[in-house]
Formats: sequence, C-alpha cells, structure tokens
Amino acid sequence: MAQQDVTKALIGRDGLDTLIAVLARQGYSVIGPKVADGAIVYEPVETAAELPAGWLDEQEGGSYRLTRGDDDAVFAHVVGPHTWKRFLFPPRQKLWQGERKDGSYTIESAPVEVPRYAFLGVRACELKALAIQDRVFSGGQYVDPGYTARRQAALIVAVTCGRAAATCFCTSMDAGPKVTAGFDLALTELIDGDRHDFMVEAGSDQGHAILAELNGRAPSDDDLAAVESVPIRATAQMRRAMVPGVDALLKRNLEHTRWDEVAARCLNCANCTMVCPTCFCSTVEDVTDLTGDHAERWRTWDSCFTVDFSYIHGGPIRREGFSRYRQWMTHKLSNWHDQFGSSGCVGCGRCVTWCPVGIDITEEARAIRDSEGSP
Amino acid sequence: MVQVEGLGRYLAEHPFLKDMSQDSRGIVVGCAANEVFKAGEVIFREGGPADKFYLIRNGAVAIEVHVPGHEALVVETLHDGDILGWSWLIAPYKWAFDARANEVTRVISLDGKCLRAKCEADPKLGYEIYKRFIPVMAHRLSETRHRLIETITDGD
Amino acid sequence: MDGTALSPQAAPQAATVAADPMVPRPFRIERYIREVDGCFTLHLTPLDGQPFHYRPGQFNMLYVFGVGEVAISISGDCRDTSKLVHTIRVVGTVTTAMAKLKKGDTVGVRGPFGNPWPVDAAVGSDVLFVTGTIGLAPLRPLIYEVLHRRAEFGKVVVCYGSRGIKDILYEKLLHEWRGRFDMQVHVTVHSAPSGYRGRVGSVAAAIKAARFDAPSTLAFVCRSETMTRPAIQALNERGITNDRIYVTLERNMKCGVGFCGHCQFGPTFMCKEGPVYRYDTIEDLFMVREL
Repeated sequence: MAQQDVTKALIGRDGLDTLIAVLARQGYSVIGPKVADGAIVYEPVETAAELPAGWLDEQEGGSYRLTRGDDDAVFAHVVGPHTWKRFLFPPRQKLWQGERKDGSYTIESAPVEVPRYAFLGVRACELKALAIQDRVFSGGQYVDPGYTARRQAALIVAVTCGRAAATCFCTSMDAGPKVTAGFDLALTELIDGDRHDFMVEAGSDQGHAILAELNGRAPSDDDLAAVESVPIRATAQMRRAMVPGVDALLKRNLEHTRWDEVAARCLNCANCTMVCPTCFCSTVEDVTDLTGDHAERWRTWDSCFTVDFSYIHGGPIRREGFSRYRQWMTHKLSNWHDQFGSSGCVGCGRCVTWCPVGIDITEEARAIRDSEGSP
Repeated sequence: MVQVEGLGRYLAEHPFLKDMSQDSRGIVVGCAANEVFKAGEVIFREGGPADKFYLIRNGAVAIEVHVPGHEALVVETLHDGDILGWSWLIAPYKWAFDARANEVTRVISLDGKCLRAKCEADPKLGYEIYKRFIPVMAHRLSETRHRLIETITDGD
Repeated sequence: MDGTALSPQAAPQAATVAADPMVPRPFRIERYIREVDGCFTLHLTPLDGQPFHYRPGQFNMLYVFGVGEVAISISGDCRDTSKLVHTIRVVGTVTTAMAKLKKGDTVGVRGPFGNPWPVDAAVGSDVLFVTGTIGLAPLRPLIYEVLHRRAEFGKVVVCYGSRGIKDILYEKLLHEWRGRFDMQVHVTVHSAPSGYRGRVGSVAAAIKAARFDAPSTLAFVCRSETMTRPAIQALNERGITNDRIYVTLERNMKCGVGFCGHCQFGPTFMCKEGPVYRYDTIEDLFMVREL
C-alpha cells in the first residue's frame, strides 16, 4: 500500500510519543493538554507522558473538578479554562514603539512574532472557534497580520470527543462532537479493555506527510466502526442545548425583563469572556518611560463587561450590568451573524462552567423564549 | 364690518383655529383685533394683567426674563404663526414673562378676559380653546426640557 | 425581523491609511486656531508629504505622543489636500494635552475610518443640515462638498443652534454662508441678552421655520444622541421620513478598524458601518437604552 495514498492509519499508545517527536523535529512548538493547578490547560508538551491520561473533568455551572477516570484514556477530558486563542491572539502584544526627538517622533511597528505551534488535542468546537476567529481577524477589510501569520504557521492535530461534559452543547451549535474539517491530523481514541489505539486521519498535505512518518497500520472494518461510535457516545451524553432561532429571538427581546434578572446575579467578573474561544475584544495601552521620550503601544485582551469598555466623554454608554450582560450575550448569539455570517458560540460550555455563579446562556435563552411577550 | 371679515378669513386658515366649529370660531373672531408693535416695543411685562393673547402674523417676539444684577435674557423668540401668551388661561391671570417685539410685528390680539367669560358660560367653547392650547404648551415644555438637557450635557 | 440587518454603505477609501493601520502617521501642526466654547482647530500636514484623502463624515484617531488617542471627526474641505483639519473640544486627558500643543508640534494620525455621509444620495434633492454647538465640525466637510457641487442640489439649508451668541462655532463662516443667495442659514441660541434680534429657541423650532420641499429633502443630522431624538421628531413633523434622514453617532473608538469590539452598536461596528447611519436602518436600536 503506497504511503502517500494513506489518509487513515491506526497507531498504538506509544504512537503519541512518535507524533510529538516528529512535530518537534519539524520545528514545531507542541502545545497540548496538561494537568496544572487543578485544571487541564494548554501548555508546551515534550512527551506523551505529560498528557492527562486517566483524568476526567467534571463540569457544571460554576464548577470544575478533576477526577480520575476508570481507564487511562488520554483525551477523555473535554475543554478547560484555556483556549487556543491565547497562542494566536496573545493576551498582551506590543503593537509599536515610538521615539520622540526634537519635537517630532518616529514610530516603528513591533516585529510580528510567529512561533510555529502544533496544537495537539483540538476539539471540534475549538476547530469551529478557530474558523470563527479567522473570519474576525483575517476575513475583513483590515487583517491582523500577527494572528494571520501565526495561524498560517500553526499545525492542528484535532481530537474527536467520546465524552461530553455536563456543560457541553456543541451539537445544538452544529460544532461537534465529530471533527470533520479544518485539521492537519485528526485523532480518535479507541480504548476498551485490552486495546488503546488512536485512529489518525490526515486532512492536509502536511498531515499526510506526518502520517507517513508515524508507521501506523491500516485500520480494519471493526476499527472504522469503532471510530464512528466515538462521537455518537459524546452526543448521547450531551445534556444542554441552545434553543433554535436564538439570533432572531434575542433581537426581538432587547428590552426583556430577563436581562435585569440575570444582571442581579452576574458579577461582571468577565470570566466568560476570558475563557470563551471566540471572544476577541481588546484594548490598547499607551505607556511611556520616565523621560517621556520612549512610548509603546500594547494591545491586551479586554471584556465588554468592564464599565470602561463603552466609555465616551461624560460616562459609559452601558452604565448598568443588565446592558453589559445583554451586550455579551446578544453579540455572541445574534449580532455575530450580522457581522461574521455565523454564530459566535460553539457550545463549548466554558462560560457556564467558569461563571462563579453558574449563569448558563442556554438557560437564559430558554427563559427568554418561554416568557416572550409576557410582562 | 370689513375688519372682522378679514380677520375671520385669517383665523379660519390659521392652524390654531382650524377645524373649530363655525359657532366657536365666530365667538373668537368677535374677540379679535389687529395690532402692530414697533421694533423694541414691550408687548407685556411680567406681573402685568394677562387679559389678552396673540397670534403672530408677521414679525418676531422675544420672551425675556429680567435678571436683577444681570442683563435681561431672551429665553425664546416666537415667529410668524406662533401663539404668544397662555397666562390669560391660568389664575391669577398675570404674565409670567416679559414680551418684546424684536422687529415690526403684526399680531391678532384676542381679548382673553372676554373669552374667559365666554368659556365659563359655554364649556364646549372652553373645551375647544383648551384642546388647542394644551398641545402648544406641552410642546414648548418639551422643547424647553430638551434645551435644558442640552445645556447641561453639552461639553461633557 | 426589525430593520437591523445592515449592508455596508459606501466603503471608505483606504487610500492613504498607513500600511499598518495601528501605527499613527506623524503630522505637523501648521496652524492652531482657538475657537469658541473650549474648542480649537488644528491644521495638519503629513511629515512624509503624502496627501491625506478622506470623505466627509470620516474620522481619524489622533495621537498625542505618550498620552493616548482620541477619535475626532475630520472637519476640513476634502478637496483641499494641502491640509488636514480637525476641530477638537477639550473633554478629557488626551484632548487637554492636545490643546496645549503649538504650531510645529507633531500629532499622530490613524485613518480615515468610518462610513462617510452619502453625498450622492442627495443629488437632485433639497439638502437640510441640522446641528448644534460643535456638531457643525463633522458636518462641515459635507457642507463644503455640497457647495462645491451646488448645481446638483435643490435648496441648501443649515439649521444650527448654540448655547449663546458667544458660542457659535465658525461664526464667520456661517455669516458667509448666510450671505450667499443660494443658501438658507438659520441660527438659533438657547439664550441671549435682551435686544438680540436673532432667533432664541430650539433647533427644532428653527427646522419649523426653514423652507424646503419635505418629500424631496434629505436631512443630515449631527447632534448628541439625546438631541438627535427631538431633531428627528421635528423633521418627521415637517414630513421628512426616516429613510431620508442621516445621523452620525458616537461610541468608544479604540482601534478604528473593527478589531477591538468597543464601538459596537447593536450588530454594527460604528467604525465600519457607522458613524454615519441612515436613520431608518437603526431607528429601533436607537430607542433601546444603553445599547
């Protein structure tokens, strides 16, 4: 069987080490899931032993706990507080620096940093989130050169989920759990009793080339069937769902009393915006040194939940919590369609898990739908 | 009388009295007279007896406030087609502001004292008059409030 | 669905936006003019000599070295590429610092950004400009442009209001316009000393006095959001429908290119789909509190 024609191959547990080694040899900085500070986060990974084998994440509104699973599955966990956006759209970036001299000044763009990342363990919802952020940063009249270059250089190794956390709702957002496109390689973990393999599928030329180096074996029909059953298991476990037609629903209900109700609970802590894989708002900070002759502009993550976010002379437009919560939710689920042609939400459930008071946007949407029109 | 006929035609066309019943309008016309004020002439002063009101045919009237220790201030100007004066409707029937003609101004003055009595006697006429005055006053109040907001927030 | 789905109107020309739209281009202050009411006007020329092209209604992000940036509408004549003109009012840290600059100092410019006033849409119509206080500054480029193409329009009317007779912005220019035989200029003030013979009252009252043919009039309104509401009402009362009214709005502007998310107004990015909007396309959004 000619290696170049192979799009799918099966590798064993140690195949992960081979994969990481191949990526490292090709100059990639491999980022993958690791246990740290009681959560599974995305950090540089050097060997497969660092991956969170045997760990599960129990998630609910306002709650995240790691527990040990029954087996040694590497990817049985779902998503944690980190998203891949922190690598492509870093929380702090220098935009430029300027020097003042003789009443005038010169400004130089800061060089664009393009580390070559290989993201190991990208879930279907995250793939969709990447595509969504691509439209934001690379798909408009103005293009973010840093994001675009880093994205282009990044290699994606996706993983199809075989388990859903209680806060997941990707199926109702048409964002998973099965990985279908947008990857270089896609893994499906097959673990049961005596076997622990990974089906690896190539999704690009680069993926093909890497697959060839993994020395995998051809999958049997049973293997292929087992792969198909993985996302089905995850789908069956999904407990939450976004109401259909939420974009039009929210547009019709900008003055619904539910906004006041949720505002009474929302702490404006901005956790949801920080853990959301598609949130992209930023601010700029102008700093100088003591002489005042050297200035820099830095771009940092921002959140529409801050009072300053909508500040114009005289005060903020969104003075009250209700309008800030409404801004976030209607942007994510409704306005995003007008702006970028799709929903901004991928149903990853992070905002529900990481909200300290457990506000659940699927519940909020449902509450508005169910009480539409009533006083 | 020729003068009354001329006034009658003008009043019939004036937006303020449009759609008024023939009878009611006839009563109003009976209380009407033409008047002219010279540029700078005072039409009425704050505190004076408010026994008339005016429909401005042509010209400009400044509504002013006397501010002790300060120059007097114009707070509004009224122009062609505007109604001047509502204090004739409200006890104790005293002018609340000064009014001065900014230029040669031709008005139709209406005898408020007479009309007041007629409205007391004929509530239907009274209703017609009030129905027309309330929107004018509401509009002026609304505009004044907006101007207040603008002066407060302007320069924020 | 209500009329919030927007399609972009004329896209702004990005002709001379710097290669990196986040980097300010240095401009030199050629003239500093003190205006009324805490305002000042800067005439700027680019240090690199490249002419600055823009359309009426667009804005720049002006940068004071080491202090910060503000979004300021451009208020010059688009056809005069020898200088970039901005009229600025002191309202915060950056504008305070900018007010202290002198001729010869450098100001950073990023832009032009934003959806411009649709001049071509008014061809063949009467044109009515409604504004007050510093609102005349963002409208001025549009008025200049209409006057450059005077023959293409019907009546040209300006309704302008200020606080008092000493606060009238570009007073000399207003007198010049008033002196033209083909233009109406109605100026009103909120109060004046006794003896003042001009109009005292709201801009809405000035609209009532203006002469134009409502069904074929396009109105361009530049007022604070609070005062835009009564202006629209007065225009409606004169028979101008909301699809013939254009407004310019304001939100927190940071990047100017649709990345930072700060300027969002409903589904629109005010730096891209705005700040100029046809009123009927946003009238429902406009009435939602704290949107």
